[in-house]
Amino acid sequence: MEIDLTTWLLVVLVLSGIIGYFVVWGVTPALHTPLMAVTNAISGIVVVAAMAVTGPAIFGMEVCTMLPCPYPEYVVPMQWAARIIGFVAVALCAVNIFGGFAITARMLAMYKPKEAKK
Amino acid sequence: MPDNLTLLLAIAAGVLCVLGLQGLSHPKTAQRGNLCAMAGMGLAVVLALLHPVMSAYGWVLAGLGVGAAVGLPLARKTSLTSLPQLVAVFHSLVGLAAALVALGMYLQKMAFGLMDGKLALEMGLGAAIGLVTLTGSILAALKLQGVVGGKPWAWWGRHYLNLGLGIGIILSIVWFTQSFSPVALGLIFTMALVLGWTLVAPIGGADMPVVVSMLNSYSGWAAAATGFAVESPLLIMVGALVGVSGAILSYVMCHAMQRSFVSVILGGFGNAEAVEATANTGPTKAAALAGVEDVAYQLNEAERVIIVPGYGMAVAQAQHAVKALTAQLLEKGVEVRFAIHPVAGRMPGHMNVLLAEADIPYDLVEELEEVNPRFKEADVVLILGANDVVNPAAQTEKGSPIYGMPVLEAWHAKRVYVVKRSHRPGYAGIENPLFTLPNAALVLGDAKDVVEKIGTALKAEQ
Repeated sequence: MEIDLTTWLLVVLVLSGIIGYFVVWGVTPALHTPLMAVTNAISGIVVVAAMAVTGPAIFGMEVCTMLPCPYPEYVVPMQWAARIIGFVAVALCAVNIFGGFAITARMLAMYKPKEAKK
Repeated sequence: MPDNLTLLLAIAAGVLCVLGLQGLSHPKTAQRGNLCAMAGMGLAVVLALLHPVMSAYGWVLAGLGVGAAVGLPLARKTSLTSLPQLVAVFHSLVGLAAALVALGMYLQKMAFGLMDGKLALEMGLGAAIGLVTLTGSILAALKLQGVVGGKPWAWWGRHYLNLGLGIGIILSIVWFTQSFSPVALGLIFTMALVLGWTLVAPIGGADMPVVVSMLNSYSGWAAAATGFAVESPLLIMVGALVGVSGAILSYVMCHAMQRSFVSVILGGFGNAEAVEATANTGPTKAAALAGVEDVAYQLNEAERVIIVPGYGMAVAQAQHAVKALTAQLLEKGVEVRFAIHPVAGRMPGHMNVLLAEADIPYDLVEELEEVNPRFKEADVVLILGANDVVNPAAQTEKGSPIYGMPVLEAWHAKRVYVVKRSHRPGYAGIENPLFTLPNAALVLGDAKDVVEKIGTALKAEQ
């Protein structure tokens, strides 16, 4: 019996959720704000999908000889629109990634124990 | 599906992100954790660049560059007081990005006629969760910034409207999976945008910590849904991690307020009914007032002092003044502790960050359970702009809206001084009987101002 990809991805979802559950309960309450900042930064992982939308080469109308293009005359502009939309998404995610990690680092640098102060 | 090596490296990137969160279990390992998470993200981006279909490197790198140019200064310049707003804005960006990815993929697949029902479902979900996150976060940020009033939207039909929008989105997604029609996608987009706004509007300003954590969670689930659409286990892994983290933070917040998540989300806390209910409990006694000299005198005599910071400290940016006062007291040999309630401030752990910013060592800062038994031994408790989290009504008045909520038992101390801007009740709109207790007194004024004056008066005492 063949198990399809979506099923595997659901397995990943469930197991990652369980890992997350235990790891997050281990976070000390004093660091809940940095936790939120860092999870915010890593949710910028959507950048991977945004890059996949931006990145592909743009095909000319000749591709419609092989694929069932429903609107052959719009094939090129639709790909360009996708690329531009993807570009915006990459930029938005990058704001999150760079901004999120930077603010987390800035916060964490401030947490000091008593000994280190003197 | 990517090839085997790429997949394994992607899992490694996910593991690095898990280690990043793991590091936050203690301040000592936290910075290393952040570096791990950064490395994981870096690896993920490199893998995406090496993907075989990648060809428009210029566009991708330009996008990353633009993001860095905007994000880095934003993170550097934003004051820590407005951190909750910044985090809310960041959530909205992820939400919008997830929706744009869905739209971009739709255009690509439609161009070649390669749409299928499963993909349509995943794209619809990603876009819907993303856009709810977008408008919800924007409204939360506006409420936190004070641009929009903190008052909940109390229209009777709001729950029906939200329910209707939710059902409408589900039906549109079903229609979209059958037809791939741009009209269906447009309906999903429109209704999700409206729903984000109408979901957050009925929730009062005091509950924003829960909302921000909840939106944190949504942004994770939006990423996971996108992960299904692009068939990336890494996106799903990280999305689930973020989704669970936000959900746990929401739970922690609700638990600290002794309220169910549902009641917070349905909103209406701090509305007129709640105020009336407590206003009937009897004539309010006048609270005693104290001057800064009284506080300084008592502090001079004290051996153990507990400081309870609240949102008032954040608003007044008083943390550095508090640090100076703490240093003065520590020098005198006074034992100083900080008592942090889990919902003090406007986001989880907000007070801890502000105290850390002012260079107050984290070993002086204690959580609710640790510090509560110590109030009995304290000579002076100084409450800085906190109100509901020190309200004894939570333990004594059955009719109070906050009855049952765990609170800091400041009233057990010998003297309690409450620094407040005015006589007004706190964010939840509930009278605080603590203020009229014989061992308590109010010091009216801006927290920073008052703390600085106490410091000067304390110097004069010595």
